[in-house]
Amino acid sequence: MVDYILEMHNITKTFPGVKALSQVNFKVERGEIHCLIGENGAGKSTLMKVLSGVYRYGEYEGDIVYDGKVQQFNKINDSVDAGIAIIYQELALFPDLSVYENIYMGNEVKANGVINWNKTIVKAKEMLDKVNLKVNPETLIKDLGVGKQQLVEIAKALSKHVKLLILDEPTAALNEDDSENLLELIKQLKQQGITCIMISHKLKEVVAIADKATILRDGQTICTLEKDEIEERTIIKHMVGREISDIYPKRPEKNIGDRVLELHNWSAYDPQLGRAVVKKADLYVRKGEIIGLAGLMGSGRTELALSIFGNPKNYKLQGDLVLNGQPQTFKHTSDAIEAGIAYVTEDRKGNGLFLLQDITQNVSAAKLTGISNKGIINDNEEIKVAEHYKQALHIKASSIEQLVGKLSGGNQQKVSLGKWLFVGPNILILDEPTRGIDVGAKFEIYTVMNELIDKGMSIIMISSELGEVLGMSDRVYVMAEGEIKGELSAERADQEKIMELATQ
Amino acid sequence: MKFVNEARTLIKDNIRDYGMYIALFIIMLTFNFLTDGLFMSSRNISNLIDSAGYIAVLAVGMTLVIVIRHIDLSVGYVAGFLGAIAAILLMQHGVPVYLTIPIILGIGIVIGLFNGFLIAQIGIPAFVASLAGMLIFRGALLQVTEGTGTIIIQNATFNALGNGFIPSITEVGGLHLLSLIVGLLGIGFYIYGELKTRHDKQKYNFEVVSFGIFLLKLIFVSAIIGYLTWILAGYNGFSWTMMIVLAVVVIYHFISTKTVLGRQIYAVGSNPEAAHLSGINVKKITYLVMASMSMLAALSGILYTARLQSATTTAGMLFELDAIAAAYVGGVSSAGGVGKVTGAIIGAIVMASLTSGMNLLGVGISYQYMIRGAVLAGAVIFDVITRKKSK
Repeated sequence: MVDYILEMHNITKTFPGVKALSQVNFKVERGEIHCLIGENGAGKSTLMKVLSGVYRYGEYEGDIVYDGKVQQFNKINDSVDAGIAIIYQELALFPDLSVYENIYMGNEVKANGVINWNKTIVKAKEMLDKVNLKVNPETLIKDLGVGKQQLVEIAKALSKHVKLLILDEPTAALNEDDSENLLELIKQLKQQGITCIMISHKLKEVVAIADKATILRDGQTICTLEKDEIEERTIIKHMVGREISDIYPKRPEKNIGDRVLELHNWSAYDPQLGRAVVKKADLYVRKGEIIGLAGLMGSGRTELALSIFGNPKNYKLQGDLVLNGQPQTFKHTSDAIEAGIAYVTEDRKGNGLFLLQDITQNVSAAKLTGISNKGIINDNEEIKVAEHYKQALHIKASSIEQLVGKLSGGNQQKVSLGKWLFVGPNILILDEPTRGIDVGAKFEIYTVMNELIDKGMSIIMISSELGEVLGMSDRVYVMAEGEIKGELSAERADQEKIMELATQ
Repeated sequence: MKFVNEARTLIKDNIRDYGMYIALFIIMLTFNFLTDGLFMSSRNISNLIDSAGYIAVLAVGMTLVIVIRHIDLSVGYVAGFLGAIAAILLMQHGVPVYLTIPIILGIGIVIGLFNGFLIAQIGIPAFVASLAGMLIFRGALLQVTEGTGTIIIQNATFNALGNGFIPSITEVGGLHLLSLIVGLLGIGFYIYGELKTRHDKQKYNFEVVSFGIFLLKLIFVSAIIGYLTWILAGYNGFSWTMMIVLAVVVIYHFISTKTVLGRQIYAVGSNPEAAHLSGINVKKITYLVMASMSMLAALSGILYTARLQSATTTAGMLFELDAIAAAYVGGVSSAGGVGKVTGAIIGAIVMASLTSGMNLLGVGISYQYMIRGAVLAGAVIFDVITRKKSK
């Protein structure tokens, strides 16, 4: 009889307008390393949020059987008490506190309500030894690299006597050495009897480490592979489940014109980080083409985009930016907008949208002159504009007066896109345009992109999804560590070549 | 039946906006009942409006400051200090009133620009920057009044701003004619504006409320304006303070709801980073809002000094807290991006009504503070709850 530490039965979770999980079954044996695989938006993170109690019992359908008992987690602490710990991609540490304070945050070593700091430090050292991290526990978190911070997170989980450790893309932001260390540690933990669920996009890692792998697609369980079945090709087949041409709409015909934007020897120095974020980049964009900007997280793609788009982060810039043959300098984002550049941010909630305002006010925000006369707003004209984009982009909302914060991710992205289309740009920079949105909305956004270049717009698409980069781009630039490592034509580009350049 | 249903959904959808008006209405009715009609007497209403004036103008500016996620604690003593400067200019240097007022407003703007510089350019938190300003201007007020103590102002024109009334021209049946005309003009403008908005919407084929509801709203609001006019015209008519406050409210309401500048202010408050990426100059907006705040503080100082007919050494004390309270009662949110100028003015009137009503009833000052505190907390609680429920 197989000893399952975790069985999730028929889990269904719906958000307004989107079914994120549909009858998902997921079983994990005690003491194994189980990888959870799927495209962005396949439902992996949602499933883990259900498991950890972020979505309370009753907010989803189905049963969680953990340690032989049906569990009803009402808050995250319930799952922590049961021995489940999740380590997210975005680490939840306090940068201005020390390592030991972070490890015992929320789980303080205390007697009668008074914290015993000396004992805390001693115990923190033990935990650090367990994860093979050799740092002074009094070091501040912000002074550690990402790889070490991750180990601190794991040490924190161990301090809570974790039985089931969940890692959400733990190596996404790590370099190769740190990644290897981490995988080695996971194997060690397995020997100590800790079960591990690992979400990963890096299939090589999965093949190397997984005892089993479950694949999710569009919110459904596709299959669970046994150790000897885990191969990259098999995984991809199950992950995608369809030909690439189905996902990316075909473009009628290409009509590529002159260069509209060129960067020569373009560098950006971030005074806050104290280092260059873009180094001597050379690139050009022609009228009517889609440029893919590929690379790993932190490779400088967003920084490059911002440095072009009026430099809102006040980088020190060097080199030439040439627009339609004319050298340009932008003092403010408004200058860049004026010159016909638009930037759709990757972080639509953080710095893209006005969540407490309605669709109408969001759509008009970047071009208030378009709905006003001598500084006075024409409300009715504004409503007309908003209605237009609501229909053109198929924004699903009860009305244009709906607050943007209440919309689903895909619809928020469309509002964000609508806002920038209303500006009427020549060059549209899309930063992770389909992150966290469902497949249907993705297809709609791809279709819009094709329509736009058909009308003579140029698009720079920053994307971490290789499928998307390959499916949509005419040319691909690959960035790593702030440098453009290579340029590939659509015909020559494939996943391996891009990854090779991105990990140089 | 259809009519009642439409009215009901309309009220339900806008409960947050109407809530304050309803609360004010209830407060006024209650006091009027408890004081046997004394509260709504011509004289008391006239006094109430004048005593709320200098806080009301501050609350208007403070609302916009809070909308862009800042705060200005210096406004009280800026008002006190500039009031004293006005008195000095008038009494010791013989500067005429028509020059004094623009000079004082101008100094206010300069002070505000300096606050803006500290906040937007240097990046000091507004709370700290304006706390420093509060101390500095308190000192400055003591400094300029040190030699003289309280400065009595003997300038009838200036004092009229705080105590005087618009001229009557002639009286009709014991009523103040010019005030009646102003009131009727107000009603006329209101009806014209509403008709034009409705007409424009129809031109664009947008949905409008049914004619019955529209008419009811017109009659209701017109009746309120008419009633207030009638009450005030029976005493001394409209005061200059009231005319100034009205002008400030109309101008700020227009700017905040109908102009690109207003939209930019709310965008900055709603999400400063997104605003910057939308091409909005966040620094410029911060400068403007802080400058407007201090200009209104200068105006507040003028109104208060004129009302007392003198500049005192403690003028302006705690004005900032009254203004902040009024803004919050009026529905502004410290999370930014939410709050209306009209709300601020209602908030100021609610607070002034409480004071006035409780004074008439002879409620002790200790209870007055507690009750005002409770009303402030209650208003914000109501706001938070209705916001959670909204779509």
